[in-house]
Amino acid sequence: MIAITEGMGWWGVPVAVIAGAIRVSTPFLLVSLGECITEKSGRINLGLEGVLMMGAMSGYAVSLYSGSPWLGVFSAGVVGAMFGLLHGILCSLRKVNDIAIGISILLFGTGLAFFLGKPLVQPQAPTLSSIDFGFWSNVPQIQSALQINPLFLIGVALAVLLHFAFKHTRWGLQLRIVGDSEDAARALGFRVIPIRIAATVTGGFLAGVGGAFLSLYYPGSWNEGLSSGQGIIAVALVIFSRWEPLRCLWASLLFGGASALGPSLQAMGITSGYYLLNAAPYVLTLIVLIVTFSPKRNISGAPGELKLVRQ
Amino acid sequence: MPFQLNHKFFVLAEAVLIPAGALLFAMLLFAAFVAAIGQSPFEVFGLLYEGGFGSSFAWQNTLLRAAPLIFTGLAVAIPAQAGMVIIGGEGALALGALFAAITGIYLNGLPPLFVQLCILLAGAISGGIWIGFSGWLRNYRGVNETISSLLLSYIGIALLNHFVEGPLKDPASLNKPSTLPIGDANMIGNLPGMEVHYGLLIGVVLALVAWLVLKFTTTGFALQIVGGNPRAAQMAGLRVNLWIVGAAAAGGAAAGMAGAIEVAAVQGAATSAVVAGYGYTGILVAFIARQNPLAVIPVAILIGGINAAGGMLQRRLDMPDASVLVLQGIAFVVILASDTLLGRFRLRKKIIPAAIPASNGGAA
Repeated sequence: MIAITEGMGWWGVPVAVIAGAIRVSTPFLLVSLGECITEKSGRINLGLEGVLMMGAMSGYAVSLYSGSPWLGVFSAGVVGAMFGLLHGILCSLRKVNDIAIGISILLFGTGLAFFLGKPLVQPQAPTLSSIDFGFWSNVPQIQSALQINPLFLIGVALAVLLHFAFKHTRWGLQLRIVGDSEDAARALGFRVIPIRIAATVTGGFLAGVGGAFLSLYYPGSWNEGLSSGQGIIAVALVIFSRWEPLRCLWASLLFGGASALGPSLQAMGITSGYYLLNAAPYVLTLIVLIVTFSPKRNISGAPGELKLVRQ
Repeated sequence: MPFQLNHKFFVLAEAVLIPAGALLFAMLLFAAFVAAIGQSPFEVFGLLYEGGFGSSFAWQNTLLRAAPLIFTGLAVAIPAQAGMVIIGGEGALALGALFAAITGIYLNGLPPLFVQLCILLAGAISGGIWIGFSGWLRNYRGVNETISSLLLSYIGIALLNHFVEGPLKDPASLNKPSTLPIGDANMIGNLPGMEVHYGLLIGVVLALVAWLVLKFTTTGFALQIVGGNPRAAQMAGLRVNLWIVGAAAAGGAAAGMAGAIEVAAVQGAATSAVVAGYGYTGILVAFIARQNPLAVIPVAILIGGINAAGGMLQRRLDMPDASVLVLQGIAFVVILASDTLLGRFRLRKKIIPAAIPASNGGAA
């Protein structure tokens, strides 16, 4: 077995990519599920990148001072929800543009996280531990590949749950009607604005938790370069997934794999195209958007009230 | 006609007073934030003034930072006229810097004025193509331009980093990887009597030209029709496709030129130091200026001053350098939220019933 380990060589790359896909996909998954809920209600939150940074910072701070990383995860969610509330309320004002508000939340959240997170760069907070599913193997790569964080499992469960809830529960149907036609929702007596705000708050909560995953598990520290567009890629992922939670799961794994390609090749000693390989997820997102969108028709499954895809 | 005059006056007053009031409110919020972290708001605002506008040295520092912000503000404001929200200025600036440096290195030795022109042109063309692609994608594939421009921005920054630290790295630049220098003779000099480079003047002229074109030419008029109602524009025989791609490319060209000027007037070579957040701050500049190219100039100076004073907050009060980012973030959110007040004042409604201008910056 030891011989196999040492001789794994190039096979180490796909194993590392799969392991990386699971590890790196978690924030994509959580953020995109949250944004999926928000967009189903007919709103878009482009500011999730800033919410993610606030979540990462506050989760790290709470874990550092309380000693409990899970309390950190929860606090990150609460902070994210507060930013979602801000976005939701501002977008409910007359004549206010939700895309522009999203950009402002992005810059505000990032700036505030940098400001408040200044004293957190040095100290090491207790991080989340993972569940060891690789105990049966003696191959270290496989063992480390199967170290799976509970947040990933929560994300998977949430994707399944949301898939079911959108189709078969009362609030899922309400959410979809509000997102598809404001007039129809009003005619049915639904309170459109509170439902949209609630959807944005939920999206913010999940984005905050996604941020806490970054600072408390992988990479597992706080610094200003922690997030590299995960928030905005997640918004694109939702479009690619056509507002289907289960497809968000597959798309997140795909993007996690693309993001893990650079670091795993670097671990093999290939450093020449480091920056280009790290740009792979952005290129992939762009290609995916080009393929998904069409100038002739609206994307199937798009909520009718969503300005993003309306021509 | 007095009626017309009144209307124009109130529209102008509203366009100036609402953002000004919003800025004031944002400063109050920031004062509360400063007080909450245990600093004196008076001292902080005093230092912001002193560090941004309090001395000739501070003014020079401010104008040096305002120069790229004028360009990156235009990078958002020009596409906004055609109804687009483009936020990829940072990457266009990075690419502009890269191609400007390559041009400078290859043409080194030719007459400096010619080289400088080529450097600016290279920056503008590369930035223009990059963001023009975003406009093209919106038009021909229906891809949302806000998301695609931000993704292109990340890719542009990655390309700069790749070439600066890889194939084009000057072996002599160890600590701070950069390309070969473009040569001292080709550097853009300072304005007479000032320690501020010509880039500021180029930016001001560019903003003025953009404003004049939008305000007084059929080009500007056509662009605003395209932004206001693409279908009506199509009916009027305008080639909407070209206008959309062109407006995006013009915005990208402005950001790319900012990168070229950072190389040719400040850094002397392409380095990752040009990616300093000017592209993102430019978004804020354009939105505070309500996408008006003329208003971009004073707003860029104001925000440049706040940025320049950031270092002073750090030195004197030991506040993090991100303090100015917090102030800018608060200002951005409040300014956008203040859009809801447009057209709500009774004074105006009495004069013109149900007159709500549709040309509110193009981005709303």
